[in-house]
Amino acid sequence: MYVAVKGGERAIDNAHAWLAEERRGDTSIAELSVAQIREQLSLAVNRVMAEGSLYDPDLAALAIKQARGDLIEAIFLIRAYRTTLPRFGASHPVNTAAMRCDRRISATFKDAPGGQVLGPTFDYTHRLLDFKLAAEGETPQAPTATPAPGPTPHIMGYLDREGLIQQENPSDTTPPDLTREPMQLPADRALRLQALTRGDEGFILSLAYSTQRGYARNHAFVGELRIGAVAVEMDIPELGFAIELGEITLTECETVNQFKGSKTEPPQFTRGYGLVFGQTERKAIAMALVDRALRWRELGEEDQGAPAQDEEFVLMHADNIQATGFLEHIKLPHYVDFQSELELVRKLRREAGGAAHREAAE
Amino acid sequence: MSDYNFAYLDEQTKRMIRRAILKALAIPGYQVPFASREMPMPYGWGTGGVQVSAACLTPNDTLKVIDQGADDTTNAVSIRKFFEKTAQVATTEETARASLIQTRHRIPEEPLTEDQILVYQVPIPEPLRFLEPSEVETRKMHALEEYGLMHVKLYEDISQHGAIATAYAYPVKVEGRYVMDPSPIPKFDNPKLSMAAIQLFGAGREQRIYALPPYTQVVSLDFEDHPFEASKADHDCDLCGAADSYLDEVITDDAGGRMFVCSDTDYCRARRAAGHIGAQGAPYEEATA
Repeated sequence: MYVAVKGGERAIDNAHAWLAEERRGDTSIAELSVAQIREQLSLAVNRVMAEGSLYDPDLAALAIKQARGDLIEAIFLIRAYRTTLPRFGASHPVNTAAMRCDRRISATFKDAPGGQVLGPTFDYTHRLLDFKLAAEGETPQAPTATPAPGPTPHIMGYLDREGLIQQENPSDTTPPDLTREPMQLPADRALRLQALTRGDEGFILSLAYSTQRGYARNHAFVGELRIGAVAVEMDIPELGFAIELGEITLTECETVNQFKGSKTEPPQFTRGYGLVFGQTERKAIAMALVDRALRWRELGEEDQGAPAQDEEFVLMHADNIQATGFLEHIKLPHYVDFQSELELVRKLRREAGGAAHREAAE
Repeated sequence: MSDYNFAYLDEQTKRMIRRAILKALAIPGYQVPFASREMPMPYGWGTGGVQVSAACLTPNDTLKVIDQGADDTTNAVSIRKFFEKTAQVATTEETARASLIQTRHRIPEEPLTEDQILVYQVPIPEPLRFLEPSEVETRKMHALEEYGLMHVKLYEDISQHGAIATAYAYPVKVEGRYVMDPSPIPKFDNPKLSMAAIQLFGAGREQRIYALPPYTQVVSLDFEDHPFEASKADHDCDLCGAADSYLDEVITDDAGGRMFVCSDTDYCRARRAAGHIGAQGAPYEEATA
């Protein structure tokens, strides 16, 4: 006698209880605090903020703790929280030219006003495991210096002055909001950049890499990469002027790409642009390369049929929360559909068998 | 859960979804883009259906949630719990008592009434998607009523296999205009798509809502010489003896033993409660669990 599988409810509750226990791990080891994650796993926190589209290091750290370090799961927690938040208004566009830079490098000029500032980078570290970290030694204080006064100018400004880099058309139109309106294609550049900045780092990285290897090659120089704090300002209607709400850390990357020129445009350099929350430079550089690849139509370039040039392909598959949800949903029961396939395959095989039998008889 | 609004979504979002639903009802079978929200369950796990249900639920509603026809499958349990927590609505497993039913992959066996809403969870709303991967192209094809590709696909099935090789998510034409994906229900359920209840289809990840108003004409695509056939396992339910319900095949031992049982657990329970007994069934006892 078959007994229907019951008790789904209890199974779910128990699974969640077990999950909580596994998350805590061995209780003889001290529990991680959210502040420890925020301070000591800050690049993970930055990625969760960037792809979660919510700038809040404490919540991102909490999400990482809750997700047992699964960053996509943490991003999902942040997204689901973000979507419930009320919207009070929109800030002014942030001014990255006024960024208080921790890092600012250019690969296109040996030096430039403002200097090459390496900042806290993994570049040039030898990737050797540092066993001192396992021995719980305190980190010695890094040397300090006074930052250069005044804003750090954008490197691209120098090319711009000479007319060597393609002009971006200024526009005051309100950009569409990916999180409040359904994605409509073709997408304008503002919408593409929105999708890229919250897109999966791995996906954007691989697409960018594919352009470097020849699938829509657009040889990119890092004109400038800067990481630092910018002020966020918002107009308060009651006051009649803008006030500073706080600061956020951003990574901005501008690439310089070649352009052969067209019938209407002389040969000049073109730009790819990446702007991402937090210190997230791999993502910002990759974003700039993909942005540039997606601009082929606007720049009158050839469609090579490369994945990174296909706006629909890129934008519809960049979101890891959509991707992971749909991928993992195949774990859900599908036995009703499978049953109908089973019936169909049996029927088709019966008919194919019958036909072969008849042919043999003839 | 007092931190969240009734049925989780804020009222502005619900209004946006209700507008999409009204538009969908006004143009049966047309896929209306809507600004789908991130929900606290993953995309692909019913977020479209959940958003549509959240926009339709009122405190007086009675909710039923099924997955594969069953009320006790894990994801159905999870979604039912979500609304119990966020909307405090009454829930039921009895089809007739529900005012709103959210479903994945099945239409209940018991005919629905004009007082009911059936909400489907939809993974891929576009019936032409696997013939043409680009959304830009498929929207154009719908606009121009350009469905030749679909007919060619069905024809190729017949020429290769002697039959249309689609067993679920079988495409339909709505009121002679839009070709629509009925979500992955088995084609056995297709004839039920013309019904008295309102049917709403929500695809969260793909950001689409579409609808069938009551008594809409819904025709499964076919050819005159190869008419559509709603098929199911050629058995009766081994528990309740029903000959007219869609059956799940359950493997019972290592030797290939199997039995067939109603996929609609409430239908099966009601029949057994009414005294029907199948080949392997036992007299019905009220469940104590």
